[in-house]
Amino acid sequence: MTHPLADSMESTVTQQTEPAVPAPVPVVEMRGISIGFPGVKALDGVDFRMFPGEVHSLMGENGAGKSTLIKALTGVYGIDAGTITLAGERVSFAGPAQAQAAGISTVYQEVNLLPNLSVAENIMLGREPRRFGGIDWRAMRRRSAELLAGLHLDIDPGSLLGDHSLAVQQLVAIARAIDVNAKVLILDEPTSSLDADEVAELFRVIRSLKDQGVAILFVSHFLDQVYEICDRLTVLRNGTLVGEYLVDELLRIDLVQKMIGKELTALDDLEHRAHASVVDESDAATFVSASKLGRRGAIEPADLPIAVGEVVGLAGLLGSGRTELARLFGGIDRADTGELTIHGENVKLRTPRQAISKRIAFSSENRRDEGIVGELTVRDNIVLALQADRGWFRPIPKKKQDELAQSYIQALNIRPGNPDALVRNLSGGNQQKVLLARWLAIAPRLLILDEPTRGIDIGAKAEIQKLVFNLAENGMSVLFISAELEEVLRLSHRVVVLRDRNVVADLENDGLTVDSLLALIADGRVASDDEALDERAPAVAVVAVGSGDGPAASAPSTPSTEGDRS
Amino acid sequence: MSALAKMASNRLFWPVVMLLVLFAINLVAFPGFFEITVRDGQLFGSLIDILRNGAPTLIIAVGMTLVIATRGIDLSVGAVAAISGAVACSIILGSPAPGSLATVAVAITVALLISLVLGVWNGFLVAALGIQPIIATLILMTAGRGVAMLITEGQILTVNSPPFKFLGSGFWFGIPVAVIIAAVVFGLAALITRRTALGMFIESVGINPEASRQAGVRARGLLFAVYTFCALCAAIAGLILTANTAAADANNTGLFIELDAILAVVIGGTSLAGGRYSLLGTLVGALVIQTLVTTVYTVGIPPIATMVFKAAVVTIVCLLQSPTTAEALSGFRRRLAVRSGKGVAAS
Repeated sequence: MTHPLADSMESTVTQQTEPAVPAPVPVVEMRGISIGFPGVKALDGVDFRMFPGEVHSLMGENGAGKSTLIKALTGVYGIDAGTITLAGERVSFAGPAQAQAAGISTVYQEVNLLPNLSVAENIMLGREPRRFGGIDWRAMRRRSAELLAGLHLDIDPGSLLGDHSLAVQQLVAIARAIDVNAKVLILDEPTSSLDADEVAELFRVIRSLKDQGVAILFVSHFLDQVYEICDRLTVLRNGTLVGEYLVDELLRIDLVQKMIGKELTALDDLEHRAHASVVDESDAATFVSASKLGRRGAIEPADLPIAVGEVVGLAGLLGSGRTELARLFGGIDRADTGELTIHGENVKLRTPRQAISKRIAFSSENRRDEGIVGELTVRDNIVLALQADRGWFRPIPKKKQDELAQSYIQALNIRPGNPDALVRNLSGGNQQKVLLARWLAIAPRLLILDEPTRGIDIGAKAEIQKLVFNLAENGMSVLFISAELEEVLRLSHRVVVLRDRNVVADLENDGLTVDSLLALIADGRVASDDEALDERAPAVAVVAVGSGDGPAASAPSTPSTEGDRS
Repeated sequence: MSALAKMASNRLFWPVVMLLVLFAINLVAFPGFFEITVRDGQLFGSLIDILRNGAPTLIIAVGMTLVIATRGIDLSVGAVAAISGAVACSIILGSPAPGSLATVAVAITVALLISLVLGVWNGFLVAALGIQPIIATLILMTAGRGVAMLITEGQILTVNSPPFKFLGSGFWFGIPVAVIIAAVVFGLAALITRRTALGMFIESVGINPEASRQAGVRARGLLFAVYTFCALCAAIAGLILTANTAAADANNTGLFIELDAILAVVIGGTSLAGGRYSLLGTLVGALVIQTLVTTVYTVGIPPIATMVFKAAVVTIVCLLQSPTTAEALSGFRRRLAVRSGKGVAAS
């Protein structure tokens, strides 16, 4: 497969074909890269290049080979075949340190810094300025302060890194990366835990680095962000190159199709269907209701009723209290004020176990630390909560476990479809599905989904959204949290907006738009009537009641397990 | 993947290879190594000796496996063994009829009950107070010997009680009693953890405690149970050790046996980081350790070099199992394959 632009762009230094547009020389050029792992070909003859002063995005579903390609470039993996050229020179890195020394810096999704050291120490770690055989602390502080100032980051270099927000830590990681005199800066999912302002801040930094001629590889699942910041993108699918495109010349819908390699209808379906079945007032029996439920330092006392079969979306920034409130419903944290009633009866949820016995399932946003049990198999992970609820002495028969696992693997399209695979080895989206299967297996009456679609590919995302929709139609209540407001609006019957640990609005999802939600999240007030009216017009397009084709036809049917789910 | 490579990827592969190598060494040094003879209806032979002498270590290692699977460790097993031996001997000594079956039964029961209390204590420190297991059990490791000393009043208690001695050196249907006890403990542990959901919960808590909690697993009760079981195993081992010598020695009964037990677990492929465990691996591990001791004698390694020899063997096993080594080996293999395969320019 060749680049679409290969003819004009494939230029050596001596051979510049179009003088009008000075064809830039790629700073990174990877050709025919192949990497195999036992049993899989992770990359198969992939070409990839980056130009100085450009932001490049690597797009593809989970498992497309993005991380493998990055790791090949950064020297983490050796390559089986192919060549890597950096600034015109053939290179072969034996390890990440060599790649870094050659000017390729990486900032990973999970910040790889030391929270119990100071900001300055983190920035200069491993290359501290020396003086008289010891560390020159003053120079170190000065240098870090310069770097931070370069990023317009106003923090004390002497403060502990762990005291800062994740966003600031991310920027510190970038400060560290650019101090290494980077020619190439790789940002792997840098925005997945940042809020809108922080993203804007990050983008400002990216643009200024770009102006300095740094080639930046920006990997993100957020299409909006890719289209906002990137100049060029490379699409991978199943370890092979699909193509390289200029962002301006590629429509989003085309991009998505190239990524997943099939017509994307799932999301469109939902757009049209959403809210077709907003719960009737009459049969909207309240399932669970919180009154003045709160926890010091986490969420101010809040009221929140959730009806049977209702999807309630929680919208708000990180730290607004959206996760904190949901955790109280799931018994993950204990409320210290207020009360919770289920069908009018007062209940106390002190542990997740108690919540589960009330058929309330909480699926954490922190999939790795609070969700999956990595070294256990897919089957074990799926039956875990159901088994815990039954107690250790009443094991689910092996045959039943296999049936359960198999049915969820099929219903949720978990890949690989091997119940004996270790969950650790699955991609993020599939891990999320396993987690969902675990909770669906207990036949919950309230399913709390905290960021269920974060960091997973667009196909899995659509499947999960569809699933939520169908579950609610079947009478399950859902508390849905997502940083993506479009998603919240698409799925929710009601949207509750949080801001600074307070519930600031509780709205029927009728004519709501992303803009009106943003206004609430930003200012904590409903947009004025005029604005609201203005926004209602385009909103209709989103909320429009669909064509009425049966959702059951294409939707994944959830296998019923024991317990009622009428 | 070839059949051999597949076998090599099994975590039992290297321990078993090690065991076979040790057997081979013994066979060369002592051609009668595999011979088992029947004398007076009782089995004798080097292999039987290995099984019998290895029984206490195996019993403790079984309990240790489960503790380690929860990401814990129990350093107090040696001390608990000493306490249980001391308790049993002092009861037998204090009884008017040391040779009666009833006396021995009471002594054993009391010793085991006390070990349950000690296990609950460890469980309390770890599960309820959240103290790191290595510290929590270090308390009983040091204090326990003192307690045993108090019980024996600083003496080595020598008992003359045939029923008690039977535990350590008796035979039942021709098989050493210690071996039968070890087999029962091993079988029960395997049965209870693998036939119920207990094993899965233990692994789940060991791998990801918070995820397990959120999935509704009662980690606290589980930890109590596991530490109590481990202490019970230690007490059983202590009784066998004491009965074997017919003497309770607060200072030396079960000395350093915690290290052998931990080694057996690690050699058996259960990671000290918790999670997936293999009781079968622990069995192989315990046999490797005991065979090693026998090898030292049969080969005639001077006693002063014994520890060094043991250390060398353990180092080799651990090296073979370490992920770093595995990675280096597979990387080496891959490079070979690339070089010999397509002749792709590598540098």
